[in-house]
Amino acid sequence: MTDAPIKRREPPKSPHLVTGGLGSPLLWRWHITMWTSILHRATGVALYVGALIVAAWAVSLASGPETYAGFKALLGSIPGKVVMFGLTLSIFYHLGNGIRHLVWDTGHGLDVKSANASAVVVFAFAAAATLAIWAIASQTGAL
Amino acid sequence: MVELVMPKNSRVQKGRHHPAPDGAKTVKTFKVYRYDPEGTENPRWDTYDVDVDACGPMVLDVLIHIKNTMDPGLAFRRSCREGVCGSCAMNIGGRNTLACTHGWSEVPGKDVQVSPLPSMPVLKDLIPDLTQFYAQYASIEPWLHTETPEPQKEWLQSPEDREKLDGLYECILCACCTTSCPSYWWNADKYLGPATLLQSYRWLIDSRDEATGERLDALEDPFKLYRCHTIMNCAQVCPKGLNPAKAIAEVKKMLVDRVV
Repeated sequence: MTDAPIKRREPPKSPHLVTGGLGSPLLWRWHITMWTSILHRATGVALYVGALIVAAWAVSLASGPETYAGFKALLGSIPGKVVMFGLTLSIFYHLGNGIRHLVWDTGHGLDVKSANASAVVVFAFAAAATLAIWAIASQTGAL
Repeated sequence: MVELVMPKNSRVQKGRHHPAPDGAKTVKTFKVYRYDPEGTENPRWDTYDVDVDACGPMVLDVLIHIKNTMDPGLAFRRSCREGVCGSCAMNIGGRNTLACTHGWSEVPGKDVQVSPLPSMPVLKDLIPDLTQFYAQYASIEPWLHTETPEPQKEWLQSPEDREKLDGLYECILCACCTTSCPSYWWNADKYLGPATLLQSYRWLIDSRDEATGERLDALEDPFKLYRCHTIMNCAQVCPKGLNPAKAIAEVKKMLVDRVV
């Protein structure tokens, strides 16, 4: 007599980021370097959109004073300013973290301690540079 | 692909509760992932109120205590109980580590949550199927490749060249790093993952190995090596304190060096 082959069901996948469906508790306890990584990608995507806004700005400039005034009003509105502030933050974060990646590419700063420390430096740089730019803009009456 | 929700059959449900024995003074709750391959139910979180005065300080001590006194059905791998074999690698408190060298009191939060290494097929409870992980390791041909005739006694290496293997040869292939890597979670079929890449570098910089070019050729691919985005989870969790991210950066440098 031969044993019938044991039929096994499709094995589940062990939890990684999440443990179940939408809104289920998270599994992984995030490291700061994980945040810098996903934010680099997110700000990269944001800057794509930012490039489109710059292009639209150029188009409005070429379309005459009325269109340009309309575009300026749009960017100067509260939601417009929020978007521009987010883009300023994105560009400085992406710049700072991009430099961090360049340093990494030379093989330096990859030990856990340095990587955690440089993450904090990049966050601080992005925040400080953004606030500085907005302070200058406000001083020169550009807002 | 990125997976922000688990597949239907992998969603962990609420499980059973095992109360502490009468007279237990210090009680700690352990939330353990359970999966029964012979049943029909989804995986579940069982909770065990453990009398921690009755067992040792490590998470593995607690798991053995649970199996001995509370729930003999609990399945997990373990062997050396001193961080040498890598068998008891699992996710503890949201991070991968070895149950035998990780004290349960080190885990932040109220309860200690224990689940299998992430994003792996689960055979039973805390036991993941590591077939693919081992196949990927085998794919880099982790042995000495030579062309020159074998020396009479042994392949010699200067102390300086030998030193280059420090921080690499200590890897015990526990898979903590590979299964901590989001890139590996989303591309396990094509990306080799940190453990295999660290091993790859171990052979690339071995002064005695004569297949450096071929080894580099094999890695020059959009996925195998370059899916590393320096998220650093590998180095953050390695229970042996090794740094796969650094090893991967060195391999990338070798690939650049040979074309410029």
